[in-house]
Amino acid sequence: MSETIEKGSSLWKDAWHRLSRNKASMASLAFLVLIVLLCFPGPAVLSVPSPTEIDLDHPASGPSGEHWFGTDYLGRDLFARVLYGGRVSLLVGIVATGVAVVIGLIYGAVAGYAGGRLDDLMMRGVDILFALPFLVLVILFSLVVDEPAAEFTEWVIGATGWPRDDVAPITTLIPLFIAIGAIGWLTIARIVRAQVMTSKKQEFVEAARSLGIGNLRILFRHILPNVIGPVIVYTTLAVPGIMLLESVLSFLGLGVKPPNSSWGILIKEGADRMETNALLLFFPSLFFSTTLFALNFLGDGLRDALDPKSSKD
Amino acid sequence: MLRLVLGRLGQGLITLLVLVTITFFLVRLMPGNPYTDEKAVPEHILEKQKEQGGLDKPAIVQFAIYLKSVVVDRDLGTLFRKPTVQVSEIIRQAFPVSALLGILSIGIALIVGLPAGVIAAVKKNGPLDYACLAAAMVGICLPSFVIGPLLAVSAGLGLKSLHVAGWNSPADWIMPAITLGMINAAYIARLTRGGMLDVLNQDYIRTAMAKGVPGPRIIVRHALRGGLIPAVAFVGPAFAAMISGSFVIETIFQVPGMGQHFINATTDREYSLIQGLVLFYGFLIIAANLLSDLAQIALNPRLRTA
Repeated sequence: MSETIEKGSSLWKDAWHRLSRNKASMASLAFLVLIVLLCFPGPAVLSVPSPTEIDLDHPASGPSGEHWFGTDYLGRDLFARVLYGGRVSLLVGIVATGVAVVIGLIYGAVAGYAGGRLDDLMMRGVDILFALPFLVLVILFSLVVDEPAAEFTEWVIGATGWPRDDVAPITTLIPLFIAIGAIGWLTIARIVRAQVMTSKKQEFVEAARSLGIGNLRILFRHILPNVIGPVIVYTTLAVPGIMLLESVLSFLGLGVKPPNSSWGILIKEGADRMETNALLLFFPSLFFSTTLFALNFLGDGLRDALDPKSSKD
Repeated sequence: MLRLVLGRLGQGLITLLVLVTITFFLVRLMPGNPYTDEKAVPEHILEKQKEQGGLDKPAIVQFAIYLKSVVVDRDLGTLFRKPTVQVSEIIRQAFPVSALLGILSIGIALIVGLPAGVIAAVKKNGPLDYACLAAAMVGICLPSFVIGPLLAVSAGLGLKSLHVAGWNSPADWIMPAITLGMINAAYIARLTRGGMLDVLNQDYIRTAMAKGVPGPRIIVRHALRGGLIPAVAFVGPAFAAMISGSFVIETIFQVPGMGQHFINATTDREYSLIQGLVLFYGFLIIAANLLSDLAQIALNPRLRTA
């Protein structure tokens, strides 16, 4: 997101200064870093059991020294499944949201700033994409991207030497990431456009124009910092939906394939067995909800910190 | 204003035409066809079935036939596997259910979300703000397939009068409407808070305060208009999406709405049903986005000269 605004601007330094004084946001940031550390280097460092090894002698056992969160209905270690599932969920959240924000911000800003015919044309394009059946798009998309994604898997394994079992569950999801991101930008584009249309009528834009500043510079340097607040709020709001969309698609057989999992899938599995063993629902939901909670607190802090007008206070 | 509306309606028709065209060819690009089955069907039978359904003709000819049937005869066609079932009949049965659920949900979302967002903004960083934010986040962060079953188990079993499955009486409506409404209430609250904070910092609010306008009046008359804009931009398409069905909610509460048809039609490759649903949904999206844009213009005088 930071690329859309010129570097070297003191806006970001100010924002960081304000953010670092916001205790709730800093605590959230620390928590998110902890979750990322737990999910990515975590399993290797803590030497957790395999997330896919089935042990039918001990299904749905409670937490113990060996299995910190207990085991699931097939006797698989729940702690390991939560951590490995977190890799998928976090990546879906970051990659798909990143794609959506970049496209939505640029598209909405151009449409809103240009106005007139171009705006009409661009927004009717958004209407069409909104109405196209998402599932059809994902199916078609995975057809096109499956082969490059497989090649990318081989490339990553060749380049980094990481074990295939760690790399493949994630790289095969690239079509899904892109497809979710390619749909997610539509609402962001509408929100950005609405904000830009409001901002461009304001006096400071007129002042910038009368100083002879070019359109692109006005748009990206003067208008976008003013619309970034609602965009951040919406973005942090959209991440849970995007993570859940992955689990719905996986449920339909289009996303994560068993025995691999994600938080959404684990929650779904847990919800189905809620009455027999509530812990299967509790632990994945705890990770999912607290992560999103922290993310939203951070988003609110960022909104307040990035507000160009709040330096007046 | 009238010119804007008429212009947008004209654009809407073109948008629908483009939408139908794209969908028509996209669905035929998917692997498989309406007659593929788990059991292997002999080649000559498949050929015969395709011939009966008209799928043996070149795609462009099929498209011309479909377009003529939709535009001239106002007929969305029938299912390929069940030629007696009309696409329009499926929509006619499922849409009222989804529409009712969607209207109830958006009602709940607005009644809960707007005041929560406004209060949170006015009492920024106070205890009420944090309470509203936290409540909103619970609504967003708990996935509906957790809230749904939890509500179903706790309230549905405690209060026997609220039903947790089916769609026969008003008692069946409450649970799914609350589940769907709470998610959107959370979005609306958050977007309203953000929008209100932006507006409350502006000079005209300070002017209003300086000339002694009472606080509540500033918020309702002056700040709310601008503060609502992000939420309004969100509500338009969200409303269209809600009244055309939610697959997850329908699955949890066994509601016979439109969401399931979107999924099943795609997995079954029922081309005519997908096209019919997309056309219908596209119409709703275009209408909702037009209304949402008009509401934004009404709320923001600065947009009117555009």
